[in-house]
Amino acid sequence: MKRRTFLILAGVAGGGLLIGCANPDRVRARADLRPAPGGQIAMNGWIKLAPDGSVTVVMSKSEMGQGVHTGLLMLVAEELDCAWSSLRMEDAPIEAFYGNLVAFAENVPFREDEHGAVANGMRWMMARLGRELGFMMTGASSSLRDLWLPMRHAAAAARASLVAAVAGHWQCAPAEVQLQDGRFSVADGRAMDFAAAVSHLGAQPAPLGEVTLKSPAEFRLIGQPVPRLEAAAKVAGSARFGIDVRPPGLCYAALRFAPVRGGRVKTFDASKASRLPGVLGVVKCEPEHGGTGAVAVVASGWWRARQALAALEITWDDGPLAGRSTTDLMQTLTEALAEDEGHAFWQVGDADAVLAGSTRQVAADYRAPWLAHTPMEPMNCTVEYRGEAATVWAPTQVPGFARRAAARVLDLAEDKVALEVTYLGGGFGRRLEVDFVAQAATIARAFPGRPVQTLWSREDDVQHDFYRPACVAQCRAALAEDGRIAAWQLKSAGQSIAPGYGPRTAGIPLLGPDKTTAEGAFDVAYAFPAVSVRHAAVELPLPVGFWRAVGHSHQAFFTECFLDECAQAAGADPLAYRLQLLAAEPAQRAVLQLVADKAGWGTPLTPAADGARVARGLALHRCFGSTVAQVAEVSLGEGGLIRVHRVVCAIDCGLAVNPNLIAQQMESAVVYGLSAALHGQIDFDTGRVAQGNFHDYPALRLGECPQIETHIVPSAAPPGGVGEPGLPPIAPAVANALFALTGQRRRSLPLQIPA
Amino acid sequence: MIQLTINGEAREVDSADDTPLLWVLRDELNLTGTKFGCGRAVCGACTVHIDGAATRACVTPAKALEGRAITTIEGATDAVAAAVKQAWVELDVAQCGYCQPGQVMATIALLRVTPAPDEAGIDAALSGNLCRCGAYPRIRAAVKRAAALLAAG
Ligand code: FES
Ligand code: FES
Repeated sequence: MKRRTFLILAGVAGGGLLIGCANPDRVRARADLRPAPGGQIAMNGWIKLAPDGSVTVVMSKSEMGQGVHTGLLMLVAEELDCAWSSLRMEDAPIEAFYGNLVAFAENVPFREDEHGAVANGMRWMMARLGRELGFMMTGASSSLRDLWLPMRHAAAAARASLVAAVAGHWQCAPAEVQLQDGRFSVADGRAMDFAAAVSHLGAQPAPLGEVTLKSPAEFRLIGQPVPRLEAAAKVAGSARFGIDVRPPGLCYAALRFAPVRGGRVKTFDASKASRLPGVLGVVKCEPEHGGTGAVAVVASGWWRARQALAALEITWDDGPLAGRSTTDLMQTLTEALAEDEGHAFWQVGDADAVLAGSTRQVAADYRAPWLAHTPMEPMNCTVEYRGEAATVWAPTQVPGFARRAAARVLDLAEDKVALEVTYLGGGFGRRLEVDFVAQAATIARAFPGRPVQTLWSREDDVQHDFYRPACVAQCRAALAEDGRIAAWQLKSAGQSIAPGYGPRTAGIPLLGPDKTTAEGAFDVAYAFPAVSVRHAAVELPLPVGFWRAVGHSHQAFFTECFLDECAQAAGADPLAYRLQLLAAEPAQRAVLQLVADKAGWGTPLTPAADGARVARGLALHRCFGSTVAQVAEVSLGEGGLIRVHRVVCAIDCGLAVNPNLIAQQMESAVVYGLSAALHGQIDFDTGRVAQGNFHDYPALRLGECPQIETHIVPSAAPPGGVGEPGLPPIAPAVANALFALTGQRRRSLPLQIPA
Repeated sequence: MIQLTINGEAREVDSADDTPLLWVLRDELNLTGTKFGCGRAVCGACTVHIDGAATRACVTPAKALEGRAITTIEGATDAVAAAVKQAWVELDVAQCGYCQPGQVMATIALLRVTPAPDEAGIDAALSGNLCRCGAYPRIRAAVKRAAALLAAG
């Protein structure tokens, strides 16, 4: 691995770097980005007003269950003071203007508190590149953080324009005009609704100078548990996911993938399959954008297409993963751990020397497996290719990359491809990839004039994923006389995500240490007198991708479990031990204290219904701008069955924009994290993924789901992320509870107790 | 030709006899509220009612359902269904929402037979319906809320 090399981006697909437009806030106020038909007035890039008084918000983020549409509309309604019911949404166009700045700028391999020239230079470069490249992306728990200011600025500016127009009409000072819930008024009793105010605006509202945002004390909507916009449609079955797109004349494609991930089709004979009833054609698909090669059957219905797959005669090229199995792949990781010194992500003092001189050492090795994402809606994409142009309907987290992939396959300019983002039936990082979009475009290209929906089976989804990388870790600590940690050492080995993702999806090389490999280990809040956190990057012919909470998902398990081991070795209470390591971090302490209070840390627990003993485990983790602590209450059932009864969560996510959605995301992250912690494991057996569906790659079921409570630390700081931060602490909290219960450490995921 | 009665209407479809009901609903009749999640009866996303009983449409051949009453999420409109949907919206159960038609259909079938289910009854009736977003705590609460709404008339 190259040491001291840094993330370098170059040769951007689509033509070099667009230098200029340095001020993001000015860039973000552009009104020319949206067509404004039917008398609409585009106030800026985010908001359009219509003569009927409705407010259209230009939506650049994908709704995949996290409630982002509701959250972002709250920001607009708050600053614009329009009626909630007057809000509408339309898809943002694919423009750099709507690029995700936060997720981009954050992607540097340095601790937040590292402010050397290299770290600061990198941050500056990433922020600038983020603005100039403008990648549209929903993920990295970044949406609200990314748009917290731009959306509010846009709404506040629109409000100021309206108020000025109304004041002009009434011939009073703007300061005299009141606006609440879409109704303008002045003290003498004159009043006007939104539609009337819009009519006074004129087609070209004068650009405004500085606008003033509301202070938190003035918020009426932000901070309220506003219900989701789309709740009723989702319950009625009318919400439209990618799989529900039904353009006229639609036909359906099913796939037979190469049996080995990353393999390709050598030869195929479609003569038998083509003769089956309802079959319209057979198309060969190369492994595009990191995917696996396949043969598609297109038919009048998906079932017919799928049934016809068996009649295909195919020979395969298994590709570079041929013959590899979990045991030897893991062996490669453990060898790297032993032999490769890795990249130092966090170094304080000389941890090696302190350890060498210590008589009180704690040592443990941990591991985590590959994982699949399995969002509830299997991969799908619908494409209509019309020769000169195309329409793509995609449940995607990256509309720009998805459109680019489709345009490339269809040999069209990007602006000839219209892309509509549907609702996503879960994303979890799987829909940051565009393999399935390119594949759907390949298939549709063979049927010009006819829309084709390509749909994967669950088996296709489990076996052709971009997996959460497996990781092995070696943890060492030296304890001082008083039991405190004198040196902390964590070294891990596993695959990197960025070097594969950059070229295959974004069309750019991402070089240098991949922050996501060691995040959750090198950016913890604890203070240690001497630290060494290193990661050895391993290359394997196995595609890995971003899985909810990414590196934090396993590094938090290693860190928080090993810390518990240190507390135990020191004879200290796990809560007190952590608090003592956070002496300089009052905000972190507050989260721990809140969870401890709400969970009744240290108080006796009543046994489970069957009389089994229940024990608690604790974990704390910070990521994506937020900190979450969890206490899990766990018992063992028959045959060593791990039962999690209750999980208490405390979160500091800055200002809580919508406590309802925050609680929902805590519940979601705990369940997703528990699915992995108790059941999740992808194995390779001579190149093939051994699991295939929910019977052998199980997800948590309702009967296994604990009671989950969420407590929010009050804060006026800008909002942090909430989609992922609830996930990392759950595995270590449960593992630590298992230790409290059994006296034995479980250092490998998924957690298992032998019967 | 397969003759079916779906949401009270007679429908005729030209599907192969072994076609599971799920694909007849989705691809032939554009009733897309019923979802595909696994195709082997292990996730519940495709739950519909056959003569009122919760059934996995992905493994039930449509041909076998001639003469039976098929209800999908689009046709679930009686008092029990209304109470369940109301409870779901009140408690903001849905996240991505993909599994929710199946969850709602399973709950309606449960409450028709067991108007006041206890925790164990809820767990048993709904553990076949996966939710990757983790709506489970709210699903449990919403089942109880729907039961209360129905009891209050
Ligand atoms: S799709 Fe029928 S049970 Fe999963
Ligand atoms: S709400 Fe997303 S799978 Fe249940």
